[in-house]
Amino acid sequence: MTAVDETTTTEREFGKARRRKEDARLITGRTRWTDNITLPGMLHLAMVRSPLAHARVTAVDASAARRSPGVIGVWSGPELPGSAVGMPCAWPITPDMKSPTHPAIAQDTVRFAGEIVAVVAARSAAEARDAVDLVQVEYEQLPVVLDMEAALAEGAPLVHPDLGTNENATWIFDSAAAGSGGDVEEAIRAARDDPDGIVIERRYRQQRLIPAFMEPRSIVMDPTGEQLTLWSSTQVPHFVRIFMALVTGTPESKIRVIAPDVGGGFGGKLQFTPEEVVTFLVGRRLRKPVKYTETRTESMLAGHQGRDQIQKLTLTARRDGTVTGLKVELLCDMGAYLGLVTPGIPILGAFMYNAIYKFPAYKFVCTNVFTNTTWTDAYRGAGRPEATFAIERLMDTLAAELGRDPLELREQNWIKHDEFPFTTVATMVYDSGNYEAATTRAKQLFGYDELRREQAERRARQDPVQLGIGVSTFTEMCGLAPSRVLGALSYVGGGWENAHVRMLPTGKVEVVTGTSPHGQGHETAWSQIVADKLGVPFEDVEVLHGDTAISVRGLDTYGSRSLPVGGIALAMAADKVVEKAKVIAAHLLEANADDLEFSGGSFTVRGTDKGVPIQQVAFAAFDAHNLPDGVEPGIDADATYDPVNFSFPHGTHLCAVEVDTETGRPTIRKYVCVDDVGRALNPLIVEGQVHGGVTQGIAQALFEEARHDEVGTLTTATFVDYLVPSAPDLPTYTTERTETPSTDNQLGVKGVGEAGTIASTPAVVNAVVDALRPWGVDDIEMPLTPQRVWRAVQGGGVEATTIQDGEA
Amino acid sequence: MGTRRISVVVDGVRYDDDVEPRTLLVHYLRERLGKTGTVVGCDTSNCGACTVHLDGRSVKSCSVLAVQADGGEVTTIEGLAGPDGELHPVQRAFHENHALQCGFCTPGMIMQVIDLLNDHPDPTEAEAREGIEGNLCRCTGYQNIVRAIQAAAEAGAAPATSAPAQPTPAGGAA
Repeated sequence: MTAVDETTTTEREFGKARRRKEDARLITGRTRWTDNITLPGMLHLAMVRSPLAHARVTAVDASAARRSPGVIGVWSGPELPGSAVGMPCAWPITPDMKSPTHPAIAQDTVRFAGEIVAVVAARSAAEARDAVDLVQVEYEQLPVVLDMEAALAEGAPLVHPDLGTNENATWIFDSAAAGSGGDVEEAIRAARDDPDGIVIERRYRQQRLIPAFMEPRSIVMDPTGEQLTLWSSTQVPHFVRIFMALVTGTPESKIRVIAPDVGGGFGGKLQFTPEEVVTFLVGRRLRKPVKYTETRTESMLAGHQGRDQIQKLTLTARRDGTVTGLKVELLCDMGAYLGLVTPGIPILGAFMYNAIYKFPAYKFVCTNVFTNTTWTDAYRGAGRPEATFAIERLMDTLAAELGRDPLELREQNWIKHDEFPFTTVATMVYDSGNYEAATTRAKQLFGYDELRREQAERRARQDPVQLGIGVSTFTEMCGLAPSRVLGALSYVGGGWENAHVRMLPTGKVEVVTGTSPHGQGHETAWSQIVADKLGVPFEDVEVLHGDTAISVRGLDTYGSRSLPVGGIALAMAADKVVEKAKVIAAHLLEANADDLEFSGGSFTVRGTDKGVPIQQVAFAAFDAHNLPDGVEPGIDADATYDPVNFSFPHGTHLCAVEVDTETGRPTIRKYVCVDDVGRALNPLIVEGQVHGGVTQGIAQALFEEARHDEVGTLTTATFVDYLVPSAPDLPTYTTERTETPSTDNQLGVKGVGEAGTIASTPAVVNAVVDALRPWGVDDIEMPLTPQRVWRAVQGGGVEATTIQDGEA
Repeated sequence: MGTRRISVVVDGVRYDDDVEPRTLLVHYLRERLGKTGTVVGCDTSNCGACTVHLDGRSVKSCSVLAVQADGGEVTTIEGLAGPDGELHPVQRAFHENHALQCGFCTPGMIMQVIDLLNDHPDPTEAEAREGIEGNLCRCTGYQNIVRAIQAAAEAGAAPATSAPAQPTPAGGAA
């Protein structure tokens, strides 16, 4: 063997701000979006959708449509076999949860505006859409119920009469019952009785949001060949394969699902959709490749939406600022049907309302409600933004009530850095964190004290433009998820992730991951992990994903899980490759395996200059001419990692907003965030995730809302009406990180995808409210449009809320 | 449905095709020419994902009929790099500054940024933000796109493609 080549790359990839590999195709238009796929003889689908939110479908006359040029077929629900089978819900949160049937195409009744009533297949997309307009559907209108509280009232119209109620389920966590804390009712009673006690009661509204990924969803189904192949713009190709098999009765082994380039998801593509089923059924029936690509309006009408909760909150504290109890009562709008994880979304927040604070007593009750609106499900953060909003708004309210600085009050109550690991009142074990460090740094970067001074000056001179400072010291739980915990929460499925690492004869490395990126940059980040582990050049690693024929096992990408779960699986697989290679290297070097060191891509015999690079070992494993007895040819390895815990990133976000009290216009002047996501594998990608995440949270605070009119028509079904912010609407953020490694995984990493969105919404709203406290403003419903802010200034826009002191 | 003959140069290649008068330029590019680098993100001309250059100026190709491009010259994201693949300075700036994540808005964004830099070779941050107002991105929060614009400006990206020739494409063939 030769002496080790000293030029071998040994510079660590971990922590390096690598520019992304995937950019090369994305910036030159060499992308493979699902809608780009054209197959021989491919037909195009278009959907006939209900304009009504609740109606019986009494007749579907497709005769004119069938005569329309290029049309191959038109099917209503009853005409398309298989379309009546219900879409699956994978999270029955309680044993008695009410679960309605959700047919892929409405069979006799539509329950939200946008529901599919019929499907057209034609030779071109334009001909299919032309024919949609010719399908005559007769409806018998039924009464709609759109408001959650109205839906629960006696005598309300029922979205699903067969269920006998609009209540989907009620789910409860009580720290007294769990043994993790006291009885919150007792804490509330004590606070009311105690002259030193404070009870703050609030009602917040989490408006409904639309994920608004930039790439509309698209599906191509190819029934030729041995397997039925489905390309879909999805976050979850592995889920789609399993559920397609179950719903259509096709053997899973006969289905191949491919998520090619996917243009964003944000939870909105964490779904198994009626459109996927319909496309599959029509392709199978016609025995021709078919494609369905939704329009933007269809995406907004019929893709699942997010948030939509009414939060009733009770926080108790003592006058010295110590929190003593927190009670959370939620109403959560499911929409008309349940998606894959719809009923569980609020439960992802259930363990987070107590946040970073040491509440001794905590209770969470959520009641899920059906309405005649688009179904809801995961949207970036999924349950945790709602929780963080509630607690961070409450902590600011408590500070205002006590006349205390909101950061100082938080510090009084938060878990100190030397108290980790910390078991919370909600039974989570936070492995690590340092809230002091992140907050100290954020205050410095923000110029907290100077801005407070300026705020006081503006108040004193009654400046028409007031300054508000908003705080959010958030944490979240992500890295979904330990399988056993999911099982305990009645989720149908696990939370592990799989990875496969193979060294090719030429020394290049192929990595197969079960994660399914759609903008996150896994091809780059995973290459960095493997380059470090195997000591191979970053450029020599190829990352394969998103195709169930290649990535055979996987649970996909959502819940900020890819790095803390999938990345760890990959690190483990790479470790196994090294272990396998070591045995062969020892044989080649005629040394004892225990005497070998592996560093910089080479095995060396300790204390000598004898060595062999791993690429050479890979070739030896390939030609298999000279392997130790009993050793199989090959050093490839795979690993499946089931996380031992969730991941708990945290950080301090500070927002300064100028509020023009004459026009109501809020303008973000400064936004500083110091996030702690553990060790950062690629700081460039982390920063990008924070930018985008913070922006989506700001969008909830200031711009976005999905609104229905009184008959259930979505009135925000285009980008004209649904305000996804554009560049001039946003400030430049100051982002920095502290690094408190996770102690639960070998890379010390935590999730980052959702952190910004979870953190930023309350920071912005707290800032606007802070600016307007002298006007007696205590809350403004989101989004904080200039009109709503102006009304609040005028005294008309604040909902009646009460601050009840113990002595009152 | 009747068709009309158009002659259009796209990314340096001349095409003569019969198109339906209602065909949008973006559909002509994608479905007829296979220029799938240019994408459709909405139906209301808000998102800008379909932005291309027509006779040297950026247009949303969902808002231009193919027949309006008759006699014109179209540059898409696929025609931007040099013959040997060397990237346009704006493409390079997007890569260097991590100005894209999912990349769906990126082709339109890059085409718009080139147009912006033609008008403002050295834009302020406010001008950069205003200049891409018609292009939505859901991933980046725009911060790194703005950085990329400023980096491209420093690198002297403008003028980029063919200089503005005709003031407006409307009206199609003369």
